[in-house]
Amino acid sequence: MSDAEPIIRIRGLRNQFGEQVVHESLDLDVRRGEILGVVGGSGSGKSVLLRAIIGLGHPAAGSIHLFGEDMASLPEARRERMQQRCGVLFQNGALFSSLTVAENVAVALHEHYALDAAMVHRLVQLKIALAGLPLDASSKFPSQLSGGMVKRAALARALILDPDILFLDEPTAGLDPIGAAAFDQLILTLRDSLGLTVFLITHDLDTLYTICDRVAVLAQKKILVADSLEVVEKFDEPWVRDYFQGPRGRAAQQARTRQTSLSSAGH
Amino acid sequence: MAFARTHRYVQPPPSHAALSLRSGNTPALGGNAATLSGMSERGSAQLVDDGSRITIRGDWTLEHISELAALCAQMRKAARSDVALDIEVESRIDTAGASVLLDLVAGDSQRVLTANDATRQLIAAVARAEGVPPPKRKRDAGFLGIVANVGNALEAMWRNTLGLVGFIGLILSSFARSALRPSQWRTTSTVAHIEQTGLNATPIVALLCFLVGAVVAFLGAVVLRDFGASIFTVELVGYSFLREFGVLLTAIMVAGRSGSAFTAQIGSMKAREEIDAIRTLGLQPVDVLVMPRVIALLVSLPILTLVGMLAGIIGGAVVCVATLDISPLMFFTRLQETTSIRHFWVGMSKAPLFAFLIAAIGCMEGFKVSGSAESVGTHTTSSVVQSIFVVILVDALAAVFFLEIDL
Repeated sequence: MSDAEPIIRIRGLRNQFGEQVVHESLDLDVRRGEILGVVGGSGSGKSVLLRAIIGLGHPAAGSIHLFGEDMASLPEARRERMQQRCGVLFQNGALFSSLTVAENVAVALHEHYALDAAMVHRLVQLKIALAGLPLDASSKFPSQLSGGMVKRAALARALILDPDILFLDEPTAGLDPIGAAAFDQLILTLRDSLGLTVFLITHDLDTLYTICDRVAVLAQKKILVADSLEVVEKFDEPWVRDYFQGPRGRAAQQARTRQTSLSSAGH
Repeated sequence: MAFARTHRYVQPPPSHAALSLRSGNTPALGGNAATLSGMSERGSAQLVDDGSRITIRGDWTLEHISELAALCAQMRKAARSDVALDIEVESRIDTAGASVLLDLVAGDSQRVLTANDATRQLIAAVARAEGVPPPKRKRDAGFLGIVANVGNALEAMWRNTLGLVGFIGLILSSFARSALRPSQWRTTSTVAHIEQTGLNATPIVALLCFLVGAVVAFLGAVVLRDFGASIFTVELVGYSFLREFGVLLTAIMVAGRSGSAFTAQIGSMKAREEIDAIRTLGLQPVDVLVMPRVIALLVSLPILTLVGMLAGIIGGAVVCVATLDISPLMFFTRLQETTSIRHFWVGMSKAPLFAFLIAAIGCMEGFKVSGSAESVGTHTTSSVVQSIFVVILVDALAAVFFLEIDL
């Protein structure tokens, strides 16, 4: 697989629940090493798309290629390996409530590798530190953590097998602005240092403007446009216009313009 | 996929690390598609320049990490303490590999040389993360740990008892508040709970008591036949079901069926902050949630007890008719002649007490639930165990009491 080939390639995807069609002939490419933000109204099927890519959903039609291989035609064992190369951060963390943070992070290591306890402990602590959690959080249970810490713990669990692609479902939802900004920076740092590709579903305009390389707009059952923010902002479609030119969109734009002018003034 | 595995993990077998060893199924990780189709090459390290430099090549990834860690341990002994690492451009390194490599240079990423930018960033990130000092771990000392656990358990038991007494007080005060104000009675909710805890439980309580009644009659028939006194089986069944078994079996059944349901209902409301929502609306959770349940059980348990007594006696009668040549008419005539009504009242008088205790414990455990779904399960178990224990304890005390006052 060459670097130019997309790491995820979706063609003609169709998802439906009974009569209700969620996606219809949806095409999307995710390039290696980029942070792709996916936006769309509530109920437009962002999470359904994510679930289809990671193999939790069953598309009615279309193909999904991960790492250049067609997921639908792969035998079970190979598909599981592919899934291990994907780290997923679910919307509410989905930490196992009966396990401590360290045990949550260690689950995949125990299940897939025969490692001694010291090595597991070491790798788990490393991932917990990489996710920016204080190490004394590792013996706590998910119910004892704050919202931001749950996200970080879930991120540590998603990173444990050194995935190539990180899927994030609304990572900054429910975080305070400072926590959300810190989380954005963390994703950026991890992408750069671990060479991740990030597929990010978000409603957070600040996240879009600060860390996303490209933005894909999911509306009318398909990806309307997937391009850099400058192009997407100018895309002529009512929903996209309302999204980016509405009061919140403008505020986020201005914040970024201020930031860039500040940093260029500093240089 | 994740669920089946996780489920196994929740109760790990003694050595789950060994169990999860799946040889031949080690997946290839990292960014290279070529390694997926073929075997990946295990990383190697070579000491050069009289121990001042180590050349690193190949795959330093999670799949071989145990061997690589051993290799690093050997290298560390052979190399000089200020050794530098030279990582070849083609090497593939993930966070696990970076972590063991950093052991060689005592965590100093400055001494790792590589022409690959991505690798350099990765090593730096891992070095930063590992540089965070680990917290001190608490130790449980052997004997002291046991003593401390016993102490903690006793204290928890004491607190629990205090909590129950306090909660009962809360229920009584709420009852006193609303008893005289019919506008505050929650009739709909109460009737719904009577249906759930009373009407819906009738078949199972009747069946259970019928079967136990039959078993008691069988035992009596077999043992008393040897003394030529098999007719006393009638008294045996009558006494035992009117005084003890009717109410006890019903109470145990209700504790398992309705007490646990109370805990789970209130507990999941607590976990989803619904209880707090009730408070912010200016309502008392005890008035809204507990009173209807307590009153419902106070109504249903006596009725169920009556059903249980009847079913048990009928079960005994069936066995007597079938095996002892006692006609149904004879059975009930003898029952009426020999068994006085006070036995019925002794049994029945315990029903409201048990109902109150079961409802109080069930609701109180519900309020103790915190946050997680697992906590709901823990407290439901605890609620059933406690209420059955309390029911049997109170029954034993009541037996002694009624004996002393010659009832």
